Amino acid sequence: MSFLIDSGIMVTSQVLFFGFGWLFFMRKLFKDYEVRQYVVQVIFSVTFAFSCTMFELIIFEILGVLNSSSRYFHWKLNLCVILLILVFMVPFYIGYFVVSNIRLLHRQKLLFACVLWLTFMYFFWKLGDPFPILSPKHGILSIEQLISRVGVIGVTLMALLSGFGAVNCPYTYMSYFLRNVTDADILALERRLLQTMDMIISKKKRIAVAHRTMFQRGEVHNKPTGFWGMIKSVTTSVAGSENLSLIQQEVDALEELSRQLFLETADLHATKERIEYSKTFQGKYFNFLGYFFSIYCVWKIFMATINIVFDRVGKTDPVTRGIEITVNYLGIQFDVKFWSQHISFILVGIIIVTSIRGLLITLTKFFYAISSSKSSNVIVLLLAQIMGMYFVSSVLLIRMSMPLEYRTIITEVLGELQFNFYHRWFDVIFLVSALSSILFLYLAHKQAPEKHMAL
Amino acid sequence: MAALDRVKVLVLGDSGVGKSSLVHLLCHNQVLGNPSWTVGCSVDVRIHDYKEGTPEEKTYYIELWDVGGSVGSATSVKSTRAVFYNSLNGIILVHDLTNKKSSQNLYRWSLEALNRDVAPTGVLVTNGDYDREQFADNQIPLLVIGTKLDQIPETKRNEVLTRTAFLAEDFNAEEINLDCTNPRYLAAGSSNAVKLSRFFDKVIEKRYFLRDGNQIPGFSERKRFGGGTLKSLHYD
Repeated sequence: MSFLIDSGIMVTSQVLFFGFGWLFFMRKLFKDYEVRQYVVQVIFSVTFAFSCTMFELIIFEILGVLNSSSRYFHWKLNLCVILLILVFMVPFYIGYFVVSNIRLLHRQKLLFACVLWLTFMYFFWKLGDPFPILSPKHGILSIEQLISRVGVIGVTLMALLSGFGAVNCPYTYMSYFLRNVTDADILALERRLLQTMDMIISKKKRIAVAHRTMFQRGEVHNKPTGFWGMIKSVTTSVAGSENLSLIQQEVDALEELSRQLFLETADLHATKERIEYSKTFQGKYFNFLGYFFSIYCVWKIFMATINIVFDRVGKTDPVTRGIEITVNYLGIQFDVKFWSQHISFILVGIIIVTSIRGLLITLTKFFYAISSSKSSNVIVLLLAQIMGMYFVSSVLLIRMSMPLEYRTIITEVLGELQFNFYHRWFDVIFLVSALSSILFLYLAHKQAPEKHMAL
Repeated sequence: MAALDRVKVLVLGDSGVGKSSLVHLLCHNQVLGNPSWTVGCSVDVRIHDYKEGTPEEKTYYIELWDVGGSVGSATSVKSTRAVFYNSLNGIILVHDLTNKKSSQNLYRWSLEALNRDVAPTGVLVTNGDYDREQFADNQIPLLVIGTKLDQIPETKRNEVLTRTAFLAEDFNAEEINLDCTNPRYLAAGSSNAVKLSRFFDKVIEKRYFLRDGNQIPGFSERKRFGGGTLKSLHYD
């Protein structure tokens, strides 16, 4: 009986998450596009719903809500469904939509989609070979095999995003890095941009006039096409056309210049807006936060290096360690069991919420930047795939932040994975990502003031 | 032919509706072979015979300024784009017939170009809601063009065309629906070509001819609709 009630609660929460994912898709992601294939929206919301359910189960684990056996059952069920989606459904639909964009293969859409999916499965399988992630006890088509590979991809993604985020966050928050931009700079650049546009216009006018006179005189200028056309154009050339092609080349160069100037102007406007924002109250608050985050970032890089160099994997989680420190060194006595449960709940809850929110915001920004009306379906599915893998691996890694008594269920459900490997892998990729982001931001920052001074 | 008079027409619309293909078709009578993302603004020139076939026929340059971007961009991007909106004489609003959102965004595009949504705090004063009275005294001629007509199946065509007719009426403008990859939609003598010609004639009239038929000599215009800073960066 209690099993039925528990299942009822789980299903209700899943429906709620599904609704949230649906709304997010409609309001935020597909703001400027029309949803023509509802399959895409359904898949995205389903992936989101099942990923959030996993986090919900962790919370239930800590709080002790629901029956232990029904929790275990739902864990297993959830995991199977998510793996099914991530490994079978989403890649297949990605292949299907990619193929539908290519006009040539229109007839045999399904066939080519299957071919693409098989290629994906092959590479996905091969991914597991170089990594020592699995003890050889398990068969081919077990959950552990799939989870281990999904985990590797997801952990890599998490570490890349973390590394970049840890460096980028203080860089954007702190106003120390803001370049000084005055209104005069912007006006000067805009003047140059408009002058370039005027030059382009005058050259295009000459070309248009020349074309019109040639057309009126009855000469039709054929551009040399094909192999023989090119050879013929070497010996016989019309004087007017040579002139025109020269002007056309100048126009191309000027257009490239106008694009560069436009991008620089946009950059200056954005910097000016940031300067104005930093003078407001909110801006000052974020500036202050930025200093904290830079210290945190340096600390994390330091810890990652130590972990790798000394081949150390933390055995205890921060909650237990914090409690140990307070009890042993500070001498404050309190009910360990009670407090550890609540503190780990709060800590894990914060980690989950911030990672979900951070991921959704990053995905949205990414989507706006690269999608177009043709590729929006494919990109959204790719983002759903990334989101699913990200959440699965955060479950893997969150195990580290939980006290021992709560870790057992994750270990039981996910089987015998080499968790230590994942943590080490995360540290390595995090370090690489953070250091290369620092290098990249340093170069970008250095380059910009020089361009700016050269005007 | 050396110094013809000129008018400036903006081509506005969401990303991916086909503005670059349209401009290429209008200026070169050829289909654009390799459309790619427009960064910033691309300009092209069309030579137009004003009042063709009458004794007052005169040739003008029409500059088509194709401004790329998204209507929901950050304020800094909008202020960067605003530099192209100086001294404009006409606006062509382009939307994608297969995508309703691009048609809805046209209201915001027209407000942005006509400079009505700029307030000191940068907040949208009109809330995005369209108010026809604001456009009652608009002097700048508008034309609405719907693209990708070939991708609409025959059965849905009527429904789509009625919707776009309402849209054009809201702007008090003519509308043309076509497919930018097929030059026959703008073939000489077709109703679309006539509408286009009439639009350009109207733009030229508003710019160069006062109501009573006198011609204004061409000199650099300094008016910017709606007030704001005077930026005369446009040389004639």
